[in-house]
Amino acid sequence: MKQSAAACFLLLAVICAGTAHAQKKATAQNVPEIPYTSVPNFLKMPPNLYLGEAIGVATNSKGHVFVYTRSANTRLFEFDEKGNYVREIGEGLYGFEFAHSVRVDSQDNIWVVDEGTNMVIKFNPQGQVVMVLGHRPDVVAGAVPTPVGPAPPAQKYTFSRPTDVGWDPQGNIFVSDGYGNARVVKYDKNGRFLKQVGSEKNGSGPGQFNLPHGIAVDAKGNVYVADRTNSRLQVLDNDLNPKAIYDNIGTSWTVCVSQGPHQYLFTSNSNPNGNPPGSWANTGEIYKMELDGTIVGRFGHASKQFGGFQVVHMFDCRNPNEIIVAEIESWRVQKLMLQSPETKISSAR
Amino acid sequence: MKLTTKSFLMAAAVSLLLPCIRMAAQSAPEIRFDSVADPLKFPDNIHLGEVAGVATDSKGNLFVYTRTGHPTITIGTSRAFAHGGSRLFEFDKNGKYVREIGQGIYGFMVAQQVRIDPQDNIWVVDQMTGMVIKFDPQGQVQLLLGRKAEAERIPAVPLNRPAGGQAEAGGGGEGGGAARGLPGAGAQSDVFQRPTDIAWDAAGNIFVADGFGNARVAKFDKNGVFIKSWGSRGDGQGQFNTVHGLAVDAQGNLYVADAGNKRIQVFDNDGNFKAEIANVGSPAALCITRGPHQFLYSSNSNPPDDIDSNGEIYKLELTGKAVGQFGRAGKLPKEFGTVNAIDCRNESELYVGEIGNWRVQKLMLHP
Repeated sequence: MKQSAAACFLLLAVICAGTAHAQKKATAQNVPEIPYTSVPNFLKMPPNLYLGEAIGVATNSKGHVFVYTRSANTRLFEFDEKGNYVREIGEGLYGFEFAHSVRVDSQDNIWVVDEGTNMVIKFNPQGQVVMVLGHRPDVVAGAVPTPVGPAPPAQKYTFSRPTDVGWDPQGNIFVSDGYGNARVVKYDKNGRFLKQVGSEKNGSGPGQFNLPHGIAVDAKGNVYVADRTNSRLQVLDNDLNPKAIYDNIGTSWTVCVSQGPHQYLFTSNSNPNGNPPGSWANTGEIYKMELDGTIVGRFGHASKQFGGFQVVHMFDCRNPNEIIVAEIESWRVQKLMLQSPETKISSAR
Repeated sequence: MKLTTKSFLMAAAVSLLLPCIRMAAQSAPEIRFDSVADPLKFPDNIHLGEVAGVATDSKGNLFVYTRTGHPTITIGTSRAFAHGGSRLFEFDKNGKYVREIGQGIYGFMVAQQVRIDPQDNIWVVDQMTGMVIKFDPQGQVQLLLGRKAEAERIPAVPLNRPAGGQAEAGGGGEGGGAARGLPGAGAQSDVFQRPTDIAWDAAGNIFVADGFGNARVAKFDKNGVFIKSWGSRGDGQGQFNTVHGLAVDAQGNLYVADAGNKRIQVFDNDGNFKAEIANVGSPAALCITRGPHQFLYSSNSNPPDDIDSNGEIYKLELTGKAVGQFGRAGKLPKEFGTVNAIDCRNESELYVGEIGNWRVQKLMLHP
């Protein structure tokens, strides 16, 4: 009797934790483990320069690594392909307040998404700002209370805590927006609004979102959205029509599509912030998939140790066998070398 | 059937009429122009944010007042003290970076405008500190109008107070533009409510556009002694709905961008209403050229959260007759993102400062 009450309580606690953190154990079965090693001391920081929460990471065509981090100030650093420090970009920038994503487009322009200033900022490869999307809330309004209650209607050119950015081969821009709104917005390459899917309201139907937290676009222009609080990955066509939903990979925090003729889709079922009891056993892994949702394999696990993950926020998968992972709660960036052979089996969706 | 025809005709008439009215506002001929690529060269660690002010001096040096860096409120203090968020940069006539002026100064928070007087003094208007700061050409502070609020109210007092309501200067500070008399009339002093612009007449009298909070123009002598102010919130003659910009011609007449009322109001040197110029959209930035035949440039700036409407700049005779117009809202070169400043020292070579696009464009007009 006592025992079952305790079990009930435990179950309740697990359910509560699951709800509060919107974290879900993946339902995919019999997924092969992909063996990997983590490159020791990959990023070499100069003395007196520290990463904070390693929020965004991306590589350019030369293999240089860009890290967008929440340190005392939010900052953007560049490293070479060996992890040697190169420079800081956008020092003191008006658009830098609370890092959320960095991505590099096919022309090696560097784009950051800042959910503190509600800005998406495009730097050219030299590190100069060449385009901005969104509008930082007016400073002159002073210290205004953090908005509570229903979000106001989503505006074409204003974001509400945007999360990520991607591009199709034509250069159209896709923004996941975000914590405040619950939509994906498409702009042309010159920053003009084309359309959106979703709205300021959360939803769980196709084409609705609850915290669209990451975005990636494949070579055909299909759009992959990490629909985090809905614990699923949504696929949209280039006109933002819902195409597919992958909901067997736990809670999709972030997505990445690799380059090359055979593209793979990666997504992270990150362990939740705060390490709630039991969470490490059920979450923390990254999935490698075919674009159609077939799972190729999984790798990684929740851990504070080198080689494990502590809340993966984003990763780079330009080369599908070299994954560069940024973690929130271990303030680090790891470079993972995935090993072959991989046993490809169909997922049990 | 009859009814349907009638209502169809009415609808047709209305739909014909509406474009006609809009056409009238945009009937000015298109002025051809180009944008010079990369007009400014920066050190790696200097970045523009929202460009609020841009102005040249007599030597062609360029001054840019920009909302950049980190506006902050410190914690662990008796009240909420706010600092920073804007910087003033100087470039030479080739666009090469020269120096920063006023680094870390008390009066820089939300850049609003920079203008250069005939003696090459650099005048800065800061919207949030409510201050007008005069630097000499060497960059030393020479004259101050207004006073920064001591501390921030938390939560902040909303910008648009009810008419006749108690006005506060940014919250918690001294005075405030305490509403005496009509709403928006402000104090009979140099206490501003989010001022926007500054200009001088030939005698050196100072005119301040005031602004987003108040709805007045204030006149001071060249030593900063208050002479008078005029205006209140409204849409009548001599009333304003956001005094967004200001320019003075060689005769000392004032041209006031009355953005919310979609007009430019013209006053004589003592503030007597003379004329109003309409059909220029919502004027935000004004500039009057030099020389014997003066022209007025006025920007119908798009709001920062919309690039699908407005954005064009008008070139006008001082009588208000449109000479031409150019540009539209957007993010490409030759497009504009919320123009907040125009420098027109050279009539066909303009600098524009954009809030939406975080940049300065140098425009070559081909009239």
